[in-house]
Amino acid sequence: RQGRALFNDSATASLKDEEEFTDILEERRRTTDLGYALRTFNPQPYKGAPTLSTSDLNKAVLESQYLCYIIKEIAMETGSSVEKVKEDASRILKEMSHNLQLGFIRLMGYTLNKVFKRLYRSIYVNMEGLNMLQQAIQESPVILIPNHRSYVDFLIISYILFTYDIPVPVIAAGIHVAIIGGLLRRSGAFYIRRAIGSDKLYWAVLLEYVQTIVRTGYAPLEFYVEGFRSRTLKSLVPKLGMMDMVLEPYFKGEVFDITLVPISISYDRVLEESLLALELLGVPRPKESITGLFKASGVLQEDYGCMHVNFGRPLSARQLCEGKINWSEYNLIPRNLPQRPTAETQDCVNWLAHLIVRTQEEGSLISPWSLMACLLLQTPFTTLTEEGLQWHQLTEKTLWLRKLVLDFGARLNWPDSEVMSSTVALHHSIVHHKEDRIYLVQDEDPARQDPLSPEEGVMRMAVVVLMLVSYRNQALHVFVRPGILATAIHITKNTRKDELFSFFCFLQDVFSNEFIFIPGSAVQDFEEACSLLQKCGAVHISQQEVTVLETGLEVLSFLQKLLQPFLDSYQLMFRYLCEKEDHVFTEEQFLPDVRNLATKLILSGDLRTFEVLSSDTQKNVLSALRRLEAVTKLRVSQQKEYKVNKAAVSRTGDILCKFICDIPVTIKFFLCVLRIIIYFTLLSLNILIIKCLYCG
Amino acid sequence: MCHTFPALTSDRSSRICSLLYKHGSSMASNSSGSDSSDRQRIAQQRLSVIAGHLQRPVEGNSGILAAECKAQGDKLDVSSERRTVPRRRQEIMKWNGWGYSDSKFLYNKKGQAEFTGKRYRLSGMIIPGLREWMESTFGANLQHKTPAAPILNSSAVQPPTLNEAFLKELKSTGIPFSHDAEDRVFRSHGHCLHEIFALREGKIGRVPDLVVWPNCHNDVVKIVELACKHNVCLMPYGGGTSVSSALECPPEETRSIVSLDTSQMNRILWIDEKNLTAHVEAGIVGQDLERLLNESGYCTGHEPDSMEFSSLGGWVATRASGMKKNIYGNIEDLVVHIKMVTPQGVIEKSCQGPRMSTGPDVHHFIMGSEGTLGVVTEVTMKIRPMPEYQKYGSVVFPNFEMGVACLREVARQRCAPASIRLMDNEQFKFGHALKPQVSSIFTSFLDGLKKFYITKFKGFDPNRLCVATLLFEGDREKVLQHEKQVYDIAAKFGGLAAGEDNGQRGYMLTFVIAYLRDLGMDYYVIGESFETSVPWDRVLDICRNVKARIVRECKDKGVQFPPLSTCRVTQTYDAGACVYFYFAFNYRGLSDPVHVYEQVEHAAREEILANGGSLSHHHGVGKLRKEWMRETISSVGMGMLKSVKDYVDPNNIFGNRNLL
Repeated sequence: RQGRALFNDSATASLKDEEEFTDILEERRRTTDLGYALRTFNPQPYKGAPTLSTSDLNKAVLESQYLCYIIKEIAMETGSSVEKVKEDASRILKEMSHNLQLGFIRLMGYTLNKVFKRLYRSIYVNMEGLNMLQQAIQESPVILIPNHRSYVDFLIISYILFTYDIPVPVIAAGIHVAIIGGLLRRSGAFYIRRAIGSDKLYWAVLLEYVQTIVRTGYAPLEFYVEGFRSRTLKSLVPKLGMMDMVLEPYFKGEVFDITLVPISISYDRVLEESLLALELLGVPRPKESITGLFKASGVLQEDYGCMHVNFGRPLSARQLCEGKINWSEYNLIPRNLPQRPTAETQDCVNWLAHLIVRTQEEGSLISPWSLMACLLLQTPFTTLTEEGLQWHQLTEKTLWLRKLVLDFGARLNWPDSEVMSSTVALHHSIVHHKEDRIYLVQDEDPARQDPLSPEEGVMRMAVVVLMLVSYRNQALHVFVRPGILATAIHITKNTRKDELFSFFCFLQDVFSNEFIFIPGSAVQDFEEACSLLQKCGAVHISQQEVTVLETGLEVLSFLQKLLQPFLDSYQLMFRYLCEKEDHVFTEEQFLPDVRNLATKLILSGDLRTFEVLSSDTQKNVLSALRRLEAVTKLRVSQQKEYKVNKAAVSRTGDILCKFICDIPVTIKFFLCVLRIIIYFTLLSLNILIIKCLYCG
Repeated sequence: MCHTFPALTSDRSSRICSLLYKHGSSMASNSSGSDSSDRQRIAQQRLSVIAGHLQRPVEGNSGILAAECKAQGDKLDVSSERRTVPRRRQEIMKWNGWGYSDSKFLYNKKGQAEFTGKRYRLSGMIIPGLREWMESTFGANLQHKTPAAPILNSSAVQPPTLNEAFLKELKSTGIPFSHDAEDRVFRSHGHCLHEIFALREGKIGRVPDLVVWPNCHNDVVKIVELACKHNVCLMPYGGGTSVSSALECPPEETRSIVSLDTSQMNRILWIDEKNLTAHVEAGIVGQDLERLLNESGYCTGHEPDSMEFSSLGGWVATRASGMKKNIYGNIEDLVVHIKMVTPQGVIEKSCQGPRMSTGPDVHHFIMGSEGTLGVVTEVTMKIRPMPEYQKYGSVVFPNFEMGVACLREVARQRCAPASIRLMDNEQFKFGHALKPQVSSIFTSFLDGLKKFYITKFKGFDPNRLCVATLLFEGDREKVLQHEKQVYDIAAKFGGLAAGEDNGQRGYMLTFVIAYLRDLGMDYYVIGESFETSVPWDRVLDICRNVKARIVRECKDKGVQFPPLSTCRVTQTYDAGACVYFYFAFNYRGLSDPVHVYEQVEHAAREEILANGGSLSHHHGVGKLRKEWMRETISSVGMGMLKSVKDYVDPNNIFGNRNLL
């Protein structure tokens, strides 16, 4: 409850200083790039910090008791000499460590200045947030946690901090950007291998490296709690590895507090929008690298609108974790020895990571284009491709949605009334505006002679739709809680609050890989959903009942349709798994099979959503099923094999019963299905539960 | 330093090895000349003198004495006029503050801080830096005074609930007792901040209904028997220096509460020079014990900061620790034999073997029992010949981290001097502020030079440097050798020797700090100290985090000025250290300062525990820290202690409700 209170607090706080955004490019355009790069940079660092050079840092890591202990342990286990393991460790460290140099920060500043001025009309930063950050950096070690939507944001934080005389961060990066890695390394990036697996030495070096940075307050540490760049522009379920490492010095009392600063970066238009869509569809794409990206023709000539960087209110780990950590567990083991966090601690870290992502979501700015994308995706595709959607229809609807979004308390980037037409112009790669109608861009490949096969046509369409989908996703977090309630109302046709709540929880459970729900906050989420729907006049809430109001049908139908693609996609994949004869399948086989099935259904008109084609959705379904223990991973090998788990049948039986009661019309259907269930496994069970929901 | 006052050293026998006392004279360098055989001879002589001509004193006002006590006392007793603690404590001590009535800090007409009285080295001196320090550290102001209630208003004290049957039988034993309001109030509190604060405001809660002064072990046996017979609640009272609310009368107690003041059981019953032990009545206070043993050429070496007033029985009951434990050990190392009177009878061991394997050591049920099981009446403890030579010293470190590293190394090499303490920067400044006025220009010039050397030449940051104070004791040669070893280690950690004077002042601070608190309380400043013990690897973290927590909590609780939040490492062990925190703040603008204070202290204790510190190193648990006992010793541990209590004292006669 406390976390929620804090969270709300930060949300309202950021709303308040909405006006405080400053365009940092404005001044850059007036001064010379060189002058900017050579400006005096004299930041106020963390006051408790000893001044460490990069080599001091590396030395401290290699000589740390923890690493020495692990090195000895490994030497003992493998039978190799301590010196050799030590050498390995220092090689790993060399591969990992950053080499932050002011000269390169200046070079970076110079380059980015040029690039940003070309790409963006403006980069807005909230000064209030920067001031709070500046304060926080002096008081305790600071962790910067931005969301990751584009390669462009990799150095944006460093660029801003350099501009405002704040210590530049060291940044955790995936190893794959190694082409210009050396340069980034000197700008403060350190590298983490993607698949560390069970490499004990690597983990140990990484842990010690990260923790030494945090412990000594060497520099602010920046990392992406979502783990990856989000291909769908939707927030990803946070990864806990880094979060764990970063917080441990606090849990062990090695620092008094750690300050977490969620940062929300929002784009009007994302640089790699089409690459992302292709990637999601599994289309072979150019090698993923920043150089590759910039080489792509014309990228630098395009207009990408504005960028908003919103520095969230600094959060105190101490305050957030209060009462959630059992300290005594850290008291009985020497601190330089490795220690597995208890379930309690893990839960706390997980909760905190979700809270951070939610705060990022709240802090991001919704663009008008995201609202339009929501609406366009609810328009029949034939309208968009053939007749075109009437401009005034779209604008009226968008204005209606704008009001709804504001009612829901989101932050909207809506400078003036012209914004709708300008945003459509900005997104000329997706839609074009002709004779007062809006059409979806259908990319004609002039080099191609033969007509497209229907399947190829679907894929081609899917690229554009998925681009649209990702812009819709930028606004999804605003709607998801009321949306789930609307879906629950739609499916159960029930008005009892408690019934709706349990169905709400069920849906949250199924979709918790898709949307960010803070663990343990179902009640608050439900309350929030209820109050938002009530606020916009969609429902009336009494002690026991949730009644749909006549005036609210539009809102409810919009929300329900917004989430429908997800329901459809999940249903389809469940169906695919049900109909499979084999109980064992591999991920390699699953993805293309689902894609083929979906393509067929789209062609036959039975399926309306293209999102099922996205590998992201497919992976989320697998994760969801694994989380619900409906499928289990068979073994850790090259091809990921999964098997259905029969053990949980009785557990899910309860839910099943409930829905039979809830939806009496479908009892017969269920009884018949039950017979099949006997043969099928838990997976089937889970799927059928979902299925019955749609039947209802 | 002691030799500053050679004129006062004519009475060599009255030397108490504390820098505090003017009459505590020739401890340091000037005593170094005497060789040990000479000293031995003097000691022998003195002992025979004492044995020969000291008679049982005639106690005019106490009247009847138990016959057994007299018989015992006839053999070996020491003049009681020289005893510090009279039955009527109010004759010499403050009723609502620390220590002697004649000694206190005040600001004189010129606005300079001054320490009154004649008892201490600092007495009668002007302390020019204190005012500025107080003003700048706390934002205190001489204009804003919070004077204490001047006299105890007897009508504010509840009339006693007396158990007439008990009283009647008590009278027949002849053991002195009183139900005078002042006597009772004096025994109703220790020296926790909230206790003193309430007294200063004239607020008096539940106080004992009766005070008894047993004169010997047998008196105690009788009192305990009577208490059991009449179901009266007994609360042992030693020196009254508790800082754990241990002496607070449980408000829920409905029985008559009898405070059993052991202060008159203060004789050394015998000294065994073959085994180097002394058998002492448990009511003796530290300064008397030390002085009397010194007269015989011995010492216990047990010097808790409260040794002027705290009693031997109290040390045993709370597992006390002394400043010089590195040489002499803590109370559990010093004690050879204990006699305790419990409702079930007297517990003692049958012999004085130096170590026994006879199941769990029953002494350890007694040590730390905090008056919940019975009254410790007599203790046999180790004594040592008085050290030939004593030397103070100090080392300045560039920062606290280096200082801790040095102490750790000293502990690793097991070469800790009698005392080694590391004060943090804030405490260093505090110590500096307590420098008495220097008379000679030369000294102040030298001080300036020293300061210049350390900060400018050596590049120490005056806001980060910290100082370790040292006390060496033993043979002259060994002390010098030891000193060199320690200074060599210190040099490895960037430490610079900073002279004897700084060291000595550091130790003085310990004794006057309690008086200083009273001064603070006159000017809106309240504070307290608390302690913990912690493994070496967490020392730095615990110091940083607890200090930071205090600052943050004060801010959150609306304290207007940043608090003084400081610490020092006061003891080193093989596996860890004892850390002492001082915490004080200016409470102007707060409606309930004591509550705020308690909240902050509570948070600080939580922080200590979270950082792997112990609930207490030597202050004990009392009622103040009871809530954390279960998590500290586990439920089974609690059960074990409870079952002992249930067996020994099933009717909760010793009902002070400490510990469990």
